[in-house]
This record gives sequence, structure tokens and C-alpha cells, in this order.
Amino acid sequence: MAFGGAEGVEYETATGRRAARGAPWSMRRREAVAGYLFIAPDAIGLAIFAALPMLLALGLGFYEVDGFGGYRFAGLANYRRMFLDPLFLQSLRVTLFYVLMLVPSLYVVGLGLALLAQRRSRISGLVRSLFFLPQMVSLVVVALVWQVLLVDKIGPVNRLMSLVGLGGLSWLGDPDLALASVVVVSLWFLMGFYMLIFLGGLQDIPREYYEAAWLDGANPIRAFFHITLPLLRTTSFFVLLVATVTAVAGGQAFDLIYVMTKGGPANSTELTIYYIYQQAFQYNEFGYAAAMATTLVAILLAFTFLLFRITRGGRFE
Amino acid sequence: MNETRAPGLGRPATSGTFAAVPAILSLCSLILGLMTIIPLLWMLSTAFKQQSEVFGPGILPPHPTLDNFIYVFTQLDFLRFLFNTFFVSSSVTVLALLLHSMAGYALARLRFPGREAIFLTMFATFLVSLPVIIVPLFVLVKALGLLNSYAGLIIPAIFNAFGIFLLRQFYLGVPREIEEAAIMDGAGYWRIYWSVILPLSRPILSALAILFFLANWNAFLWPLTIVSDRNLWVVQVAIASFQGQYSGSWNYIMAASTVVALPTLILFVVFQRQIMESIKTSGLK
Repeated sequence: MAFGGAEGVEYETATGRRAARGAPWSMRRREAVAGYLFIAPDAIGLAIFAALPMLLALGLGFYEVDGFGGYRFAGLANYRRMFLDPLFLQSLRVTLFYVLMLVPSLYVVGLGLALLAQRRSRISGLVRSLFFLPQMVSLVVVALVWQVLLVDKIGPVNRLMSLVGLGGLSWLGDPDLALASVVVVSLWFLMGFYMLIFLGGLQDIPREYYEAAWLDGANPIRAFFHITLPLLRTTSFFVLLVATVTAVAGGQAFDLIYVMTKGGPANSTELTIYYIYQQAFQYNEFGYAAAMATTLVAILLAFTFLLFRITRGGRFE
Repeated sequence: MNETRAPGLGRPATSGTFAAVPAILSLCSLILGLMTIIPLLWMLSTAFKQQSEVFGPGILPPHPTLDNFIYVFTQLDFLRFLFNTFFVSSSVTVLALLLHSMAGYALARLRFPGREAIFLTMFATFLVSLPVIIVPLFVLVKALGLLNSYAGLIIPAIFNAFGIFLLRQFYLGVPREIEEAAIMDGAGYWRIYWSVILPLSRPILSALAILFFLANWNAFLWPLTIVSDRNLWVVQVAIASFQGQYSGSWNYIMAASTVVALPTLILFVVFQRQIMESIKTSGLK
């Protein structure tokens, strides 16, 4: 529809074509106009629904918003409040622990599964699909299914664990265990994705390197540490960055927490993104929530910057 | 016997001790793979169990019943939620593919001032994740009068830099001659896009269509935030709220979960190669 205009300026006749060829400048202009028109819908959409909210979050953080939609400029009050809010600080701690538990295990499990599934055999395709299958299911379903599995006393996981004498644990009800349980469920869901990323990285390593190592008498373990790991640097960088960013600010963790624990017990699974959501949509603290979101983004940007500096742009040199 | 002819095909076979290693590894990986899907099998089995049997021993339902599914469809208005989800997911997918392929085509094939800057700016929005902007986005969409509407569910979900980026990469690889023939024929840019470029991009468009549809079918946070009217609920919001209403009736919840998960699992079984390839090669999701 938007291109009726662009269509209108086309030169459909032979004279028009000749004219256009004779005047390359106008042809270039025609191309530029078409380019802008083609890109306009997406550019405007992204500006309104991605860039603008980011700027709004920045601005909204300086306002106090009451329950009736009234806005009052509050300066740095929201930011001051944040650092005195024990629940916010607790949520940062929970987020940190979540990242520290989840990201390394994703790295190890993702790479391990990729190494297992990489070998060419009749069943390797099936094995990959099986590992990847949890990714297809929504986080809400994942959370519900695991809630049943982790039910106290009579749930299947507890029945299984009772065989080794650990039957009485309350996986989602014990503040010392709940976050670890959420990490296990996140790991189960995400590992197939990182397996695929590692498979892509492994594919790019020339086979000759392994053959040379084999001829030199290196065993597979040495080959792994001297060839595979060093050559997976770029992939590793990507995995660490993406896994961390999604653990801190991705929707996946939110979905799991919302359905499985609601941040409890005793705020032990209260991730910052979940706390922000609660403040905004349960307590109507829009300004405060926006200030916390802005802070979270600042922390993430600092982390990304640091990771780039340490690894010299992901090259680990 | 292969090592002389094709040294590239793996290590030379050694003595008998190591000959069994590949077979053992294959078996281990298969067992691990099957263990991975036990939770999903458990969901399926519980959906056919009676309430009293949910936590009984054994994974198979002792007296399989369809009652849970009948309950979900007759008592919970689930068809309506399924329709909403299907309508929203397919609308987002179609619109996103159209707009992103237009933008990707322009970014890859048309020359205009500021093109690289526009591309980089678009790409930077990739860093913006929904939970971080949920509050201002909600305020904005409310101000636009889109609260509790299909438009509010659909429009903000269309725009993502990932699709634009992938399509741009794809179009960069299309040989120039293909368009040039059309330009010689005097075709306008819209015609080139519509009748030359789009048909060429069928493989990548179908791969992206599957990814977009899956992502939107499984989306939870945005529909949860933007819609409170039960008539506009999508399935994910519906099952999350059943959990509160029917806590303990896991047989109903698992039946509903099965219904919600089934379309995505079927899509996966049919298109697994495409789905996994496109994620692997893009390195992004």
C-alpha cells in the first residue's frame, strides 16, 4: 500500500527508460526514495516499540507515578529509594546467583551435548532432536510440568530421590533449594539451544587438525584442550554473553518464576526482572520500576563492555 | 580398510579395545536423549490419568481416560484461547515476514544515504529485551488505546531486529544479475521485490515463519501484560491462570498443557531439520 507512490514514479515506457539512463542522478534518487519507503514500516515500528520505550524508561525513572496515572517529577528519588530497598538489593543478589549457577552449567552441558551429538552415526540426528525438544515447549508449560514433577513428598522426583535417601526435600518450598531448582529447569530448557550453537562452532574446526594431533600421538582429551577449546573461542564468547544477558534480562527466567515460585519462598527466587514487574503491575509503581529497569540495563551494558575489554572483542588473545 | 583411501573420514580404526567406544558413546547419548524428554512424556501420561492416579507409581496411566481433555474443551473455553493464539501468532508471522523482507531487501540491495547508520540503529534494538522495557511499552501501548485488543497483542510483537538482520544477510548473497534483468525490463522496485526477490527467498522465509510462529505461540509476558479481558486470552496466559484456579487438579492442567504444547511439537517433528539448521547457522534465536 505504502508503495503506490513508488510505483507511480517508475518509468514504464521506453522513453522514460532512456531518460533515466541519461540522467543517472535521478535514477539514484529514485532508488533512494524506494529504499526509504521499503524500510519505513520496520524503521518506524522499531523506533516506536523498541527505541522509544528504552528512552521512556530512562525518563520515567525520574517520575513518581500514582495509581491514577498522574505523573510528578521526582528527580533522583526513585534511584535513592532503590539503594535503600532491601528487596531490590536482594533481587540483585538472587540474579547474580542465578547467573553464576546457570551460565557455567549451560556452557559445560551445552558443549558436552554438542560433543556427544557431533559424532556422525545413524542415531545422531535423533539424539540432537531429543536434546533440543524441550526448547519447543513454552516456558509456561515447562514450569507447570516441572511443578508437578517437583511436588513435595509424592512427586516423581522425590520418589526417585528417596531411593538414594533424599526423598524429603521440598524443591520449590525450601528457600535454600528453590533457586537451584529453577536453575535446573532453566538448564533443561536451554541446553538444546546452546548445544546447537556449539555444534555450529565445532563444525568450523578443520578435521585436519585432529588428524595431525592423532598422528602426533595426542589422545582425545589432549586434543580437546589443545584444539577444540582454543578454536571455540568465538563461540564461547557468544555463549557466555548471550547466556548471561538472557539470564539477567530475558523473558525466559520471568516466565519460569511467574509460574513456578512467584519469587518465593522468602524472596529466594525473586529475580530483578520479576521484582520490577511486581512493582509495576501489582503496586503501580511505574516510575520506580522504570528506574530499576534502567539500572539493570546499565549493569548489563557495563558487563558487556567489560567482557569485550577482557576478551579483546571476543578473541580471547 | 578406509584409512588409505580416505584419511579424512575419521581416525584409523585401532585394536579391538577401542572398537566398541563409538557404539558405547552412541548408546549413552541415546539414553541421555531419552531421559531428556521424560518430563514431556510425563506430561502426556498425566493428561490421560484420573485425578487420583496423578502421583501413582509408574509412568503409564493405569486407566487411560479422555475426560481431562473433554473437560478442558467444554468447561474452560479452550477453543477460544486456541483461536486467539493462532490468530495472533499467524498475523504477527505474516506481517513480520512482509515488513522484514522489505527492510532486508532495501538494506541489502538499494543504495541510499544513511543506509548503514539505519541498519546499525535497527540492529542495536536487538539489545532491548521485553522485560526491561515492559513498563514504558505498556504505558505507550495504553496511550495508543491498544490495551485489551488484538492490535495490542499483534503490533508490538512484529518488530524485531533479528528477522531483518537474517533477511539482509540472505539478500546480500543473491546475485545482482537476477535483479538486473528485471531492471532492464523496466520493472519498478516494488515489482522486483514482489515478483523476483520474494519468490527467491522462499526457503529462508519458511524457516523464519516457523521460528516466528513458535516464538509467538509460546509468548507469555506480553499477552499477560497487555490483555486482562478473558475473551482475548492466549493459551499461555490461560494455562498459567488455570494453575491458580485448579491447583491440585494436575490432570486437567497437564491435559491443557498437552494441547498447548502439541502444535509446537508437531511443527518440530515435521520441520526439525529446518528449525535446527536455521538456529545453528544464525547462531541466534
